[in-house]
Amino acid sequence: MYDLIVIGGGPAGLAAACAAWEAGLHRVLIVERDRELGGILNQCIHNGFGLHYFKEELTGPEYAGRFVNMLRDTGVEVRLDTMVLEVGADRRVHMVGKATGYRVEEARSVLLAMGCRERTRGAISIPGTRPAGIFTAGAAQRYVNMEGWLPGERVVILGSGDIGLIMARRMTLEGAKVLACVEVMPYSGGLNRNIVQCLHDYDIPLYLSHTVTEIRGKNRVEQVVVSKVDEQRRPIPGSEMIFDCDTLLLSVGLIPENELTRQAGIAIDPRTSGAVVYENMETSLPGVFASGNVAHVHDLVDFVTAESQRAGRAAARYVLEGAGPEESALEVVSGDCVTYTVPQHIRPGRVEQGCELFFRVNRVCGPSRIAVTSGGRQLAAFRRDCLAPGEMEHITLPRALLDKADGAITIAVEEVKAG
Amino acid sequence: MKELICIVCPRGCHLKVDEACGYTVTGNGCPRGEAYGKRELTHPTRVITSTVRCTGGAYPRCPVKTSGPVPKERIFDVAAALDGITVEAPVRLGQVVVKDVCGTGADFVSTRALPQTDEAAGGA
Repeated sequence: MYDLIVIGGGPAGLAAACAAWEAGLHRVLIVERDRELGGILNQCIHNGFGLHYFKEELTGPEYAGRFVNMLRDTGVEVRLDTMVLEVGADRRVHMVGKATGYRVEEARSVLLAMGCRERTRGAISIPGTRPAGIFTAGAAQRYVNMEGWLPGERVVILGSGDIGLIMARRMTLEGAKVLACVEVMPYSGGLNRNIVQCLHDYDIPLYLSHTVTEIRGKNRVEQVVVSKVDEQRRPIPGSEMIFDCDTLLLSVGLIPENELTRQAGIAIDPRTSGAVVYENMETSLPGVFASGNVAHVHDLVDFVTAESQRAGRAAARYVLEGAGPEESALEVVSGDCVTYTVPQHIRPGRVEQGCELFFRVNRVCGPSRIAVTSGGRQLAAFRRDCLAPGEMEHITLPRALLDKADGAITIAVEEVKAG
Repeated sequence: MKELICIVCPRGCHLKVDEACGYTVTGNGCPRGEAYGKRELTHPTRVITSTVRCTGGAYPRCPVKTSGPVPKERIFDVAAALDGITVEAPVRLGQVVVKDVCGTGADFVSTRALPQTDEAAGGA
């Protein structure tokens, strides 16, 4: 019987396992389907990781390497090349691995750290032929950075998520010509710094409020048609631009990978596509926790690390101190302009000093006020100079404030006029 | 007055740099933003990350970065300096792959450890 089984050996799983070990759990197992730990960080060879956590700028492999080294100093067990098939409600974890075959392991707690997957062409239904040369940005990143293949020479990128922007620069440095980055929304889905250092630095045009309306080509992509869209994101006839290219990269969103979570009967929040979680990242199934991109898609690995350490410590507490008394939970409601919040429920009795709350806005906002209200009363307000859907926001709600809440808590954002 | 988005950290502060007034930076959230704003308008630099061919390891590419920032106008020369290079596993983290790349004073260093595979070790 394990104290904790962590599913996934990427940044979330590594941080959670280390934190749980430090908090006193001594039978901890990480199950990873790849042949090495580190997850997607291994292919993210660009720098910019770790500025919050390590206070220095690291590349993805370096960031992963630090946690793999930390893990080595613990007694956490790792099973590589092993796929989890099922998590039972009784926390029995079914897995199949190259070296160990089919095993069922029991655990006192389980931490879900499976990360996310990319949305594909099928998910966004782009019309046209079905030739070779259409890749998700992350797949192209793996080909270029780990396997040594350049997927194409003349490239259009659909979507301005961070991976797409990073790949625009990466393909350019490897000798490909990136013709355009096309974004259906009127704003970019990626971080501003990536627009600057990946597109502007290399004179790659960004077409906002545009989308790919047709893919042409028999065996290989030959052309893509890009059209301007109106406010309802409908293509405007007559606005078509034709790009001669051999490759289309898609950076059109990430979906938390929650097949195991759903199968286990754990409640899913349709807004995050991740498990509904409490303040300590515990899911609706007691003793099962979720953190990192499987819970909600993050922009920065540093926040994945911090969240996963909290989840790992919470799992340790659950094992060492028991489930604790049943406590009433406050629901966190997404108010005006807020797409989702994590956590979705807060048990004030479990909050020691403050509860960190993460959320995204649904449009670009200038100087704004984040209002926290409950029962028609304002509990707190926070100021921000600007907010954007591509940048996750967070606030800390002190325990004293939560104790004053009357029923649900609503988080809303309103723009304030300058002056 | 020039407006920039700071790329030092993910916060992406909106900087205003006054070229006429000794490159005074406003809008920065930290001292690194001030340094970036000045540098970006006087002699912009970037850290370059790429990969280099690798034999004998689990992957045919080893990720590398410049050990410090290099002049922005040299980015393509610096990246091209990796073209003819092959490293052999085992590769250590931080191992110098190209010394003083293009005379910039920065080295290309490995950003991960790549152990030798069993097959490569057995074949030797």
